[in-house]
Amino acid sequence: MDWINAVVQGILVGGLYALFATGLSLIFGIMRLVNIAHGDLIVLASFLGLVIVTGLGLYPLVALLIVVPLMFALGYALQRGLLNFTLGSDILPPLLVTFGLSIIIQNALLEIFSADSQKLPAGPLQTASMQIAEGLAVGVFPVIVFACAVVVIAGLQLLLYRTALGAAFRATSDDPDTARLMGIDNRHIFALAMAISLAVVALAGVFLGMRTAFDPSIGPGRLIYAFEAVIIGGLGSLWGTLVGGIVLGVSQIIGGKLFPGADQLAGHVVFLIILVFRPRGLFPRAMD
Amino acid sequence: MANTGTYCVTTATRTSRIGLMLMLAGVAFLSLTPVWGGRSDMRLVVEFCYFLALAQMWNLLAGYAGLVSVGQQAFVGLGGYALFVSTIFMGVHPLLALPLAAVVAGILALPTALIVFRLRGAYFAIGTWVMAEVYRLSFAQVSVLGGGSGQSLPINVIKSVASSRSDRELVVFAIGIMLAVASTGIVWWLLRSRHGLALTAIRDSEPASESLGVNNFKTKLLVYVLAAAITGFIGALIYLQKFRIAPDAAFSLIDWTAYVIFIVVIGGIGRIEGPIVGTIVFFILREFLSDLGSWYLMMLGLVAVVIMLKAPQGIWGELANRFDLHFFPVQRRLYRSDGQTPGGSA
Amino acid sequence: MSLLHTRNLTAFYGDFQALFGINFAVDSGETVAIIGANGAGKSTFLRSLTGLLINDADAIRFKGKAIGALPANHIVGAGIAMVPEGRKLFPSLSVEENLKIGNYSGREGPWSVERIMDLFPFMRQRRHNPGAALSGGQQQMVAIGRALMSNPDLLLCDEISLGLAPTVIKDIYDTLPAIQETGTTVVVVEQDIQQAMAVADRVYCFMEGRVTLEGPPGNLSHDAIREAYFGLKGAV
Repeated sequence: MDWINAVVQGILVGGLYALFATGLSLIFGIMRLVNIAHGDLIVLASFLGLVIVTGLGLYPLVALLIVVPLMFALGYALQRGLLNFTLGSDILPPLLVTFGLSIIIQNALLEIFSADSQKLPAGPLQTASMQIAEGLAVGVFPVIVFACAVVVIAGLQLLLYRTALGAAFRATSDDPDTARLMGIDNRHIFALAMAISLAVVALAGVFLGMRTAFDPSIGPGRLIYAFEAVIIGGLGSLWGTLVGGIVLGVSQIIGGKLFPGADQLAGHVVFLIILVFRPRGLFPRAMD
Repeated sequence: MANTGTYCVTTATRTSRIGLMLMLAGVAFLSLTPVWGGRSDMRLVVEFCYFLALAQMWNLLAGYAGLVSVGQQAFVGLGGYALFVSTIFMGVHPLLALPLAAVVAGILALPTALIVFRLRGAYFAIGTWVMAEVYRLSFAQVSVLGGGSGQSLPINVIKSVASSRSDRELVVFAIGIMLAVASTGIVWWLLRSRHGLALTAIRDSEPASESLGVNNFKTKLLVYVLAAAITGFIGALIYLQKFRIAPDAAFSLIDWTAYVIFIVVIGGIGRIEGPIVGTIVFFILREFLSDLGSWYLMMLGLVAVVIMLKAPQGIWGELANRFDLHFFPVQRRLYRSDGQTPGGSA
Repeated sequence: MSLLHTRNLTAFYGDFQALFGINFAVDSGETVAIIGANGAGKSTFLRSLTGLLINDADAIRFKGKAIGALPANHIVGAGIAMVPEGRKLFPSLSVEENLKIGNYSGREGPWSVERIMDLFPFMRQRRHNPGAALSGGQQQMVAIGRALMSNPDLLLCDEISLGLAPTVIKDIYDTLPAIQETGTTVVVVEQDIQQAMAVADRVYCFMEGRVTLEGPPGNLSHDAIREAYFGLKGAV
């Protein structure tokens, strides 16, 4: 039962990792941009949540109503005002600009909020759990997070494959020049993609803040988890990203049980093993 | 008829001769630090040297081979730990441990490369970072090396470098100077060798050179392993100067890769002079601004972002384009423009 | 007044000048063919017309408006659609989605997915297939359909016969009258001189970024065309 418990915990943590990863996967799929600042933006969202929760006295989940639109707007502005100018055949500019951005965000947060650990008050939800079977209980909050991940991915999947905007996203991803001939403004499409990416990041950041303590330095670690989930799942596959998050979560929890203190390492090692044997991930896209 | 060609060549050799003189003067000035400066100046010069060497290696990877690594701290840390393990547990003389560290880092770069080379472009970058994290977390698990809190170099090992403190500092100083000169020289030599052309092809057009297939992979692997080995040597020297190692510091992204990236981007990526200019600028900024703490880092990030957008060739690139400067000529076409020129192509 | 005309249109790729003062006009309802060898500047000219290369506003006038400086994504809304060289279907979109995205600009007019499928009936069975799964000729038809979906006043066709079998080329060109019936003016770019002469009311010949010959096909002698096309004077 202990082990089943661990696996279930791992799966639920995987939901949070999938939320970390979805935005990264989306913008890579649409504009081949890898955002090194992605993890720091997650932490930025946690701190935004903190400011709103303490400033307005709102419950963190209610604060999402403000954090998500704010991050959406930030994403649009960031892409339109900065990152669009880095896109091109050379991979260095986007990489180095987002790397610089990562350092800027980290240190700005450090300057404003200090290096102290913070937490978003989750209240009774923090400890609430439900009994699934004899000896198997799961936390209500992790289940909510996991369900959110599923809903977000399903929603994005619908957006991408069932709407005109989604077709425009895919067309721009395939061939930006020809997409422009169709009347698609790719700068706007890229900005919307980043906006959606950061809206998901907002969700991930607030959930992260409710689940564990956070401080300005933890961004890069979240980027790495997101990156691993994306690669394990297969580039460009959103459902794959969820599976990637789950694999990572389960590996960490099982690894931590087997070798105390080595949970992160276990996650990385499983990632590397998958990279060696399935370099295109578990669910590679047919075309890329 | 060949007039323009000959003229080009003489210009290039004149500026490169001036450049060489300037470099020699710079090296001489730094080498004489023990004469004109004190112990803190010597430390600073050693630091300057290893940042310059790190920057040359990162520039070789990212600026020439298209391998944008953000995981070079892996090899700094491995080099540092190689020094500690070999001197403490195997009784190796510390000065012998430096080349040994290069060998260790070079050997470990092979399996590392086999993993990260499966990733392309920006994903390669994050892949190298994950590898560095794996090394960091692994060393944190090794309790005989002090685990997460690290370990100091025993006094008898330190003393075996040289018996007096000033002699030890002189030894480290001398190695530092040689390291900076050698790493710059190796990059120059490599670019003028037959690998240089392949590297230029890879940098100019990854997809086009990809059609060259295996050679492309081999060239990249060679560069990756070479950069790792030299970075390992640098790491060992850094920790021979610091005497104390811990995983978080030895495998620090900020210290050993982020600063280095800023140096190269600011100085000028894809040029040998870039890291030199970048390191000078970096140290000047640091002397004046490092008291500002996180503001200083934010500013570095901002400068790098602005340079990448507005002047992607960096300070040296702008200067070189404006005044046609080539201190380290590696562009063969300058020489080939006139087949008559003696000692032309490399 | 002409539907579209260019005045002294130039184009550059960096330092390289690809077009040297092109004067070109097409009237409503006429069919114009642009011929020329590889590298003559035909595709660059179309890239300029469609806004993929930006020009002085006044260099290109369309329905009386200066459009030379409009970015590509505004051109289609103004009424110019392009069938790009090499088809350029979106591989991750189905046939139907490829057609629908042709109307992203929302311009109204006679064309709809169903009407395109009347014109090219094979599409009905392949509606949900990815564009890339079709034969070359079928892909070309989808590309034409996709351009028509924006209900253009002017349709630019870049090398639509390239790499296709003669019977397929004939099928494609046979649909031109049905397209023109709806009031769309057609400009075709062709390397195949015979094909161009057969469909066009007027022909422009490009060489090295300049217009070297212009006129109705009947008025142009073989020698004049050869000279304008290859730059060979008096050669056989």
